[in-house]
Amino acid sequence: MNALHSLATLVKPVENNPVLNISIFLAFVAITLVIVIRSGRNNKSAADYYTGGRSFTGPQNGFAIAGDYLSAASFLGIVGAIAISGYDGFMYSIGFLVAWLVALLLVAELMRNTGKFTMADVLSFRLKQGPVRVAAATTTLAVCFFYLLAQMAGAGGLVSLLLGINDKLGQSIVVTVVGALMIVYVLVGGMKGTTWVQIVKAFLLILGALAMSIWVLALNGFNLSALLDSAVAVSTSVPADAILAPGLKYGSNPLDFISLALALVLGTAGLPHVLMRFYTVPTAKEARRSVVWAIWLIGAFYIFTLVLGFGAASLVGADTVLAAPGGVNSAAPLLALALGGPLLLGFISAIAFATILAVVAGITITAATSFAHDIYGSVIKKGKGNPDDEVKVARRTVIVIGVLAIAGGIGVQGQNIAFLVALAFAVAASANLPTILYSLFWRGFTTRGAVWSMYGGLASAILLIVFSPVFSGTETSMFGADVNFAFFPLSNPGIISIPLGFLLGWLGSVTSTVKESPKLAAEMSVRSLTGHGAEKAVEH
Amino acid sequence: MSEAVKDAPPKSTIDYEAFEKTPRFRELKRTRNSFVVPLAIFFLVWYFAYVLAAAYLPEFMATPVVGRINLGLLLGLGQFVTTFAITMSYVTFANRKIDPRTEELRLELERMEQR
Repeated sequence: MNALHSLATLVKPVENNPVLNISIFLAFVAITLVIVIRSGRNNKSAADYYTGGRSFTGPQNGFAIAGDYLSAASFLGIVGAIAISGYDGFMYSIGFLVAWLVALLLVAELMRNTGKFTMADVLSFRLKQGPVRVAAATTTLAVCFFYLLAQMAGAGGLVSLLLGINDKLGQSIVVTVVGALMIVYVLVGGMKGTTWVQIVKAFLLILGALAMSIWVLALNGFNLSALLDSAVAVSTSVPADAILAPGLKYGSNPLDFISLALALVLGTAGLPHVLMRFYTVPTAKEARRSVVWAIWLIGAFYIFTLVLGFGAASLVGADTVLAAPGGVNSAAPLLALALGGPLLLGFISAIAFATILAVVAGITITAATSFAHDIYGSVIKKGKGNPDDEVKVARRTVIVIGVLAIAGGIGVQGQNIAFLVALAFAVAASANLPTILYSLFWRGFTTRGAVWSMYGGLASAILLIVFSPVFSGTETSMFGADVNFAFFPLSNPGIISIPLGFLLGWLGSVTSTVKESPKLAAEMSVRSLTGHGAEKAVEH
Repeated sequence: MSEAVKDAPPKSTIDYEAFEKTPRFRELKRTRNSFVVPLAIFFLVWYFAYVLAAAYLPEFMATPVVGRINLGLLLGLGQFVTTFAITMSYVTFANRKIDPRTEELRLELERMEQR
C-alpha cells in the first residue's frame, strides 16, 4: 500500500509513455471510424440522419444513453472531486443518478409519443409554432454550448497529463484535433454512427471503471471500510476523517450545495441530447426500456466512482492530484497509473478521450438537428422546405458548431469539468424543464408562458453565472481575483433560476389573453398517452 | 427504412376532444397519474431531505455506523437503492397496467382513422 503510494509520487505523470497512449487512442479512433462509415452508408432520409431511422432497441439505446450521459465530467470530474473533497464530490454521483427518475416517470415515454426529432416538436405541439420553436432551439443551443465547453476543458486537461504537453499551443492543437475528429464522425455517421460510437464507448468506460474498482477493493481486502480508512490515513484535511462526511467543500456555503443539488436532479430531463435519445427507438415501450437500462448502467458506474475517488485519495493522494498537470481532473488517470502502470494509464486515458469525443459528437448532432429542424425547417421555411435541404443545413451547422467548440474549448482550459457540466444542468433545468413539464401536464399552459419561461430561465441562469464567483472575485475565477463583479454569492444559479423558470411559465400563462386550441390540447393528451400516430400500425 | 411518421400529422378525422372524455381513456390517465405522481413526490422529498441533511447536519451525517462507514454514506447509497427500486416498480407497473391499455386504445384510434 505505502509502496504503491510512493510509487505514484515517484513516477511523474509526464514520464509515462506518450507513444503508447497515442497508439491506444488511435486504435479506438480507427475502430470507431470504421463503424461510423459503415453505419453512415444507409443514411438516406432526414429521419435516418437525425434519429438513426428509429432502429435501435431498448438495450442498445440504453447503452447509448449511458454513453451520452457518462461524460468526462462523470469520469474525470467526479473521481477528482471525491479524491479532493471526499463526500461532497459523491453528491454529484447521487444527483446525476436520481435525476433519471424525472426522465423515466414524467418525461421519456410522453416525449417519445408526442415528438419526432427535437424537444421543440413536443413543446410547440399545441402552442404557436414560430415563437416556441425559436425559443426552444435557442435554449437547446445554449445548453449544448455549455456542455461542449466542459468536454473540451476535459480534453485539454487530459492531454496535458498524458502527452506531457503543458504549453497553451500544444493543448490548443489537441483540442483542435478532437474537434475535427468529432466533426468527421457526425458528418459521416449521422445519428446512427454517433449512437454506435456511444455504445462502444459506454461499454469500454463501464468495463474500465469496473476493473479499476475491483482492483482498488482487492487492495483493501474487499472491505469498503478499509478503503475509507486508507484514504483517511493519507488525508491532509483537518481533521483527517473530514473527507468522509459532507461539508469539506460546501460546508461554508450550504445554500450553494442545495443550489447544485437542485440543478443536478432537475437538469437531466431537460438536457436536449438526452431528450433526443428517446427518438432513436421505435416505440414508447422501447424508450422506457432504454431508460431502465441507462439507469442500471449509470447507477453502477456512479457506485464505481465512489470507490475510484477514495481509491485515488488513498493511492495517489489529494496533493499529488492537485499538483499534477490537469489538476483535479487527473485523479482517475493517475489512479490507473498507480494501479497498472503506463499500460493501464494509456488504456484508461484512451477511454477518457473516447468519452469526450463521443459526448461531443452526441451534443453536436443534437444542436445541429435543433437548428436545422426547428429554425431552418420550421421557422424559415415554414415546414414547406425539402427535408434533404434540412439535412444539408444540419451538416453545415455541425461544422459551425465544431469550430465554435474548438474556439471555446481553447478558452476554458483548466476549469473544473464536473462543475462546468453542472452549469449546463442548471441552464437546462431553468430554461427547458419547466416548459416540458407544463406542456405535458398542464392544460392551461400558453405560448406566452412557454416563451417567458424559456427566455426568462435561460437569461436568469446565464446572468447569475456571469455575476457569480465563477466569473470573478476569487482565485479560481475565469478573470481571477483582481476583477470582482460577483454580487451573486453562489456558484450555481439553480436555486434562483429554476423556480423563476417555473414561476414565469405560470405567470405568462395566467396573464395570457390568447386562448390556446383545446382541440390540439386534447390531441396531444391522447397521443402522448397512447402513442397513436407515433408508432407503426399494429399488425392484425 | 422509410419513416412511418409523417412530418405534419395528417389532418385527422378523429375527434380527440370526444375521445379524451371516453371512460377508457380517462381510466388510463387516472391509472398512470395515480401511480407516477405519488412516486415522483416521494423520490423528490427523499432526495431533498437527504440534501438538506448533508448541507445543514454534517455532524449527524458523520455518525459512524460500521468501521469507517458513516450514516451519510449509507444514506447516499440508500439513494441508489431507492432509485433502482423505483425504476423496477415502475417498469412492472407499466408492463402490467399501462401497455395493454394503450395498445387497445391505439388499435381503436387506428380503426377510427380508417373509417
